[in-house]
Amino acid sequence: MARNASIRRKLVVTAFAWTVGLVIFFPILWTVLTSFKTEGDAINIASFFSTGWTTEAYSVVQSRSNYVQFAMNSVILALGSTFFALVIAIPSAWAMAFAPGKRTKDLLMWMLSTKMMPPVGALIPIYLIFRDFGLLDTRGGIITVLMLLNLPIIIWMLYTYFKEIPGEILEASRMDGASLGKELLYVLTPMAIPGIASTLLLNIILAWNEAFWTLALTTKDAAPLTQFIASYSSPEGLFWAKLSAASTMAIAPILVLGWFAQKQLVRGLTFGAVK
Amino acid sequence: MGTISLKNARKAFGDVVIIPGASLDIRNGEFVVFVGPSGCGKSTLLRMIAGLEDLTSGAILIDGKDMTEAAPSKRGLSMVFQSYALYPHMSVRGNISFGLKMAGMPKAEIEAKVAKAAATLNLTEYLDRKPRQLSGGQRQRVAIGRAIVRNPEGFLFDEPLSNLDAALRVNMRLEIMQMHKDLGATMIYVTHDQVEAMTMADRIVVLNRGNIEQVGSPLELYNRPDSLFVAGFIGSPKMNLISGKPAEKFDAHTIGIRPEHLGISLKDGTWSAKISLAEHLGADTFLHVDAGPCGMMTVRAAGEYDAAPGAKIFLTPEPDRIHRFDKDGRAIRK
Ligand SMILES: Nc1ncnc2c1ncn2[C@@H]1O[C@H](COP(=O)(O)OP(=O)(O)OP(=O)(O)O)[C@@H](O)[C@H]1O
Ligand SMILES: [Mg+2]
Repeated sequence: MARNASIRRKLVVTAFAWTVGLVIFFPILWTVLTSFKTEGDAINIASFFSTGWTTEAYSVVQSRSNYVQFAMNSVILALGSTFFALVIAIPSAWAMAFAPGKRTKDLLMWMLSTKMMPPVGALIPIYLIFRDFGLLDTRGGIITVLMLLNLPIIIWMLYTYFKEIPGEILEASRMDGASLGKELLYVLTPMAIPGIASTLLLNIILAWNEAFWTLALTTKDAAPLTQFIASYSSPEGLFWAKLSAASTMAIAPILVLGWFAQKQLVRGLTFGAVK
Repeated sequence: MGTISLKNARKAFGDVVIIPGASLDIRNGEFVVFVGPSGCGKSTLLRMIAGLEDLTSGAILIDGKDMTEAAPSKRGLSMVFQSYALYPHMSVRGNISFGLKMAGMPKAEIEAKVAKAAATLNLTEYLDRKPRQLSGGQRQRVAIGRAIVRNPEGFLFDEPLSNLDAALRVNMRLEIMQMHKDLGATMIYVTHDQVEAMTMADRIVVLNRGNIEQVGSPLELYNRPDSLFVAGFIGSPKMNLISGKPAEKFDAHTIGIRPEHLGISLKDGTWSAKISLAEHLGADTFLHVDAGPCGMMTVRAAGEYDAAPGAKIFLTPEPDRIHRFDKDGRAIRK
C-alpha cells in the first residue's frame, strides 16, 4: 500500500516537474523551431508542422548584419562588468562577513533594495550623464553600468559564501604576516573559489541577457547581441523567422555555457544554502 | 627577549565587559598556562595579546616595547588555534612556509627551514599532502610547524590539544614541553584541562569571569590557593569545601580539605562519615562519603580500599593542610 502510494506520489511530482519545465522551455523551443521556417510559414500556426524546414532565415541574418561584432561586444561587456564587479565585491563582502559593523545588515538590505527600483527611474539621469561625458555607445560606459547593476547581487552572494569560511583561518594568515591584500588574494579567494565561480557564472549570464540598459545606451560600436536581436524586430513586414534566428544565435553561447556550468549555477542560485 | 606584560588590559564588546582589567608580567622563556571555566575570557585575553582583538583600554608590552596598536605579525608571536586553522587549499609545505613567504625570505632559505621543521615534527613524508588528507594529530603538528618556522619570541596556544584523543594528547603534551625546552621561547597556553595545566606550567594564571584570580606555580596554587574559586578549581578530585558549624571550629567561614589530605580510621577521628560510593581506580580508591554536618565529601584512600557502601568510617584532616576562607571567599592566612 505505502509503496504504491509513494510510487504514485513520485509520478505526480515527476509529471508536474516536466510540465513546469516544458512551460518554461517552450518559448525557447518555439523560437528555435520558428528560426527554421520561411517568413510565411512562421506565422502560419495551423500548418506549422506540415510545411518544410529551411535555414534561409540564418543566411539572411548572416549576410545582413555582423554577428561576430555583436557577439564580441556581448562577451566583452559580460566578462568586463563581471570582472570589475568581483574586484570591488570581494573586498566588500570580506569586510561585511569578517569585520561587520553595527549597520552591516542594514547596508546589505539597502544594497538589495536598489534592485527593487524599476531601472527606468534612473534612465534619464544616467542617459544625460552618458551624453555629457561622451560615454554613449562606448564599451567602458556600458561595462560600468552593468557592473553597478549587478554589484548588489554579487556582494550578497559572496557575502553568504564568505560567511561559511572560518574566520580563524584568515586570522592565522594575519599572524603569518599577510597584508590585507595578500590575505584576500592568497587565502580567502582560493578558499572561496566554488562560490566565486558560481557568482561569476550567474553574473555573466545576467550581464549577457541585460537588455534595458544595453538597448538604451548603445547604437553600434558597443552594441551587444541584444541590439542584434532588436534590429530584427520591425513595426511592419514579416520578420518572425529572422528575429527567431537572431535570437537563437544570441542565446546559443550562453546556453552552452549554462549547460556546462549547471552544477555551479544551482549552487549559486541557492545562495550558499546547500553545501 | 620574549617578555610579555599586560598593563590593566581591558576588553569590552559593546556594553559587555569581558576582561575588566588584567595585569600580568610574563618572563622570558616562561611557560604560562591560562586556566578557567568555559567563557571566562581565556581565548579573548590570548587574542588580545596576539593582536587579533583590540584592547578597549590598557596596554600590552612585548619585549618592553608598547605593542598595543601593533599588527599581529609585528609582535613576534605565533599562534596555534584550537581548530588548527590550516589553509585548506595549500599543501603541508605551503602551510608551513606561508609566513616565511609573506616575510619575503629567499626560496632556498624557506626550503631549508621547512625541511628542518618537518623533520622535527615527523611531517617530512606528508609535505605534499593537503590538510584534509591528514589525521588530527598530523594537522596539529602542521599547525605547530607553521608556528615554529617563523622563529617567534613567543608562542600562543589556544587549547591546541582539545580535539585529540587521550593517548595522542599525552604524547603531544610531552612534545610541546620538549619543544619549549629546546627553543626556550616564551609560551602562553590556554586550556581547561587540569592535568595539562599542572604538568606543563611554570606558572598558572587562573581566570574567573575575566579577572585574574591568582598567578603562581602549580604547587603554589595547589598548596596556597588565595580564594575559594582557585581552591575549587585546582586539584582533582576537587577540594572538599565545608561551611557552617564544622568550619566555625577553625575560625573560618569555609574550610577546604583535599581528598588526599584526609586520614581514614575505623575507630576514631574528627568527623564520622558513611560511605555511599567507592570508585576503584587501581592505584587509588575514591570514597564518596556522607559526613553528616559536613555534607558530602570525597576521600582518597591509597591502593585498593575494601569499602562496603553504608559502612561507617572516621575522617581526620591533616591539620596543616586545612585551607581557611572568610565569607568573601578569600583565604585567611595565619
Ligand atoms: N566577538 C564577541 N562579541 C561579543 N562577545 C564575545 C565575543 N567573543 C567572545 N565573547 C564573549 O566573551 C566571553 C569570553 O569568551 P572566550 O572565548 O574568551 O572564553 P573562553 O574562556 O576561551 O571559553 P572556552 O573555554 O569555552 O573557550 C564569552 O562570554 C563570550 O560569549
Ligand atoms: Mg576559548
